Amino acid sequence: MALAEPKTTSQTLWIERVPPIWWALMLFLLTMPAWANDFFLFQVMGWTFILGMIALSLMFLAGYGGMVSLIQMSVAAMAGYMVAIFGASGMGDISMGLPWWLNIPIAIIIAAIFGTLVGALAVRTEGIYTIMITLAIAAAFFYFTRQNYTIFNGYSGFNLVVPPSLFGVDWRQPMPFYYLTLGCAAICYAAVIYVSRAPFGLTLQGVRDNPRRMAALGFNVTAHRIAAYTFASVIAAIGGILLVWQNAQIAPGTAGIPAVIDILVIAVVGGITRPIGPFIGALIYVLLRTFSPDVLLAFGLSGERFKLLIGLGFLAIVFFSPDGVLGLWERWRTRRSRERDPLTGEQK
Amino acid sequence: MTLVNTTTAADRLGSVSSGNALELRSVTKMFGALAAIRDITLTVRSGERRAVLGSNGAGKTTLFNCVTGDFLPTGGTIRLFGEDVTRFPAYERIRRGLRRTYQISLLFNGLTVADNVYLACRGVSRGRFSFIRPRENDALLTRSDELIEAVHLTPWRDTDVSNLSYGQQRQLEIALALAGAPRLILFDEPAAGLSPTERAELVSILNGLPGHIGYIIIEHDMDVALRVAESVTMMHNGTVFKEGTPEEIENDQEVQELYLGDGHE
Ligand SMILES: Nc1ncnc2c1ncn2[C@@H]1O[C@H](COP(=O)(O)OP(=O)(O)O)[C@@H](O)[C@H]1O
Ligand SMILES: [Mg+2]
Repeated sequence: MALAEPKTTSQTLWIERVPPIWWALMLFLLTMPAWANDFFLFQVMGWTFILGMIALSLMFLAGYGGMVSLIQMSVAAMAGYMVAIFGASGMGDISMGLPWWLNIPIAIIIAAIFGTLVGALAVRTEGIYTIMITLAIAAAFFYFTRQNYTIFNGYSGFNLVVPPSLFGVDWRQPMPFYYLTLGCAAICYAAVIYVSRAPFGLTLQGVRDNPRRMAALGFNVTAHRIAAYTFASVIAAIGGILLVWQNAQIAPGTAGIPAVIDILVIAVVGGITRPIGPFIGALIYVLLRTFSPDVLLAFGLSGERFKLLIGLGFLAIVFFSPDGVLGLWERWRTRRSRERDPLTGEQK
Repeated sequence: MTLVNTTTAADRLGSVSSGNALELRSVTKMFGALAAIRDITLTVRSGERRAVLGSNGAGKTTLFNCVTGDFLPTGGTIRLFGEDVTRFPAYERIRRGLRRTYQISLLFNGLTVADNVYLACRGVSRGRFSFIRPRENDALLTRSDELIEAVHLTPWRDTDVSNLSYGQQRQLEIALALAGAPRLILFDEPAAGLSPTERAELVSILNGLPGHIGYIIIEHDMDVALRVAESVTMMHNGTVFKEGTPEEIENDQEVQELYLGDGHE
């Protein structure tokens, strides 16, 4: 990574530096509705983008900030709840029915404040203690939403929470929802890439590598870590709002401990060194979750065993490649390039 | 080319006029039952260049850590440019013009030379939280390049720090300390492990610093210390043992006994 770009490449436009594989991927994703069925677009891809965004917020904190936070799913759920509470839902007694242009910003701001407060508590801890304190708060959030009926409507939560019909489009239809989630995921992804090389992101990486030195350079390390939580919370919040729209409902289980752990698994399986990792992890997770019950049933096993599959996959990844599938891919590529003759490019 | 932004530094210097750069009063730092430094009282004038000598474990690095705020002292007060900073966090002291280098290089190994220096410049300027990437002609980027030039690392500008030689890493440490408008720099054994050529380069960098920048340098090598410092503090077992001009210290009977008897490097 280089904030000060090497002098030689500074003349080329950034658009020229996007590798061809990215253009291919973009084209592939944009044209997917032409051949994929509704179930795949809505359930598989939509869910992948949403979980990818929430895991991306963890990747930002863990990969650039060195802080493994388990609160990101709760932040997402907080945003989902706020959209249900400030917007419209089946629970007319609680929901206030504010218009979308008011309830969405409010939801994101409240979720960001929540994430920032948790961050302020968590940044004074390191490593395993960060995981423990954020997990404890996530558990507290789960039990609180389950027991509180005046705001969170307890056990049953909120149903009939749907996106607004903007521009005459029903955004919960598979194709519009696919493009909506794809667009949000792309924006969040681009934002993370951009910020990682802006002063804020570079500073965060400095804090990750060497907090003591950063303080000796004039940086307020604590403030930077907390600000990272704020930024990550906004990304998680966007994912959370899309998630409640996709399910049309939200309940305490949305941010239950299993869901909280799933986000960690997704980020680790995909790889937390680069922002694309969480999306790869999310795709693997969603595919396994969606299709493995059928496969298991075909072998005469209970569909519930998919969790075992995911668990084994997680174990294998952590064991063989600490930087996830991304790490496996990169190692494969370096081995490939090493096997080639550096001059002629021919395979040896 | 000047090493630092002289106008701002001179302006700020004016505001503290006569002042001392650093005043320590009875500073003590305990590690458990061990007093790493004990009852240290020390004054360094603005612009003064001081060498600190003393055998390993004398407490020199601990003294630096207390001044910069890496550690809070167990007792005593620290005044920086006339202001009591005893309880200030490190970054507040840095923003007041204090800088330091580390005995064991503390650099960002995953980043390039340019990014390291850029971070140092950013740390003492506004926009630390900026979400906007710097533009090609960003003043801070230009400033970073000047600093890289000043420590003779321009050919390695885009090299990852982990690929630099030991001597180059020591030079980069110095570049980080020169960012912004330093007024007092603490150099922790910058010459340790350097070849004679690299030492000569270091001496020329130090002697080339503008006059208003004072520094304290920990240095075992008397020859280097004599060429870069106008006053010397000798430390022993966590206390100040002797203070004086380089000549006084060099010719002091007690110092000679201690130095030779202690078997310093
Ligand atoms: N972080 C620390 N924890 C415990 N003891 C320390 C620490 N830092 C230094 N010391 C002790 O304090 C004494 C002074 O060390 P130091 O300041 O590094 O000496 P010098 O730099 O003069 O060689 C030594 O006995 C050392 O072991
Ligand atoms: Mg030392």
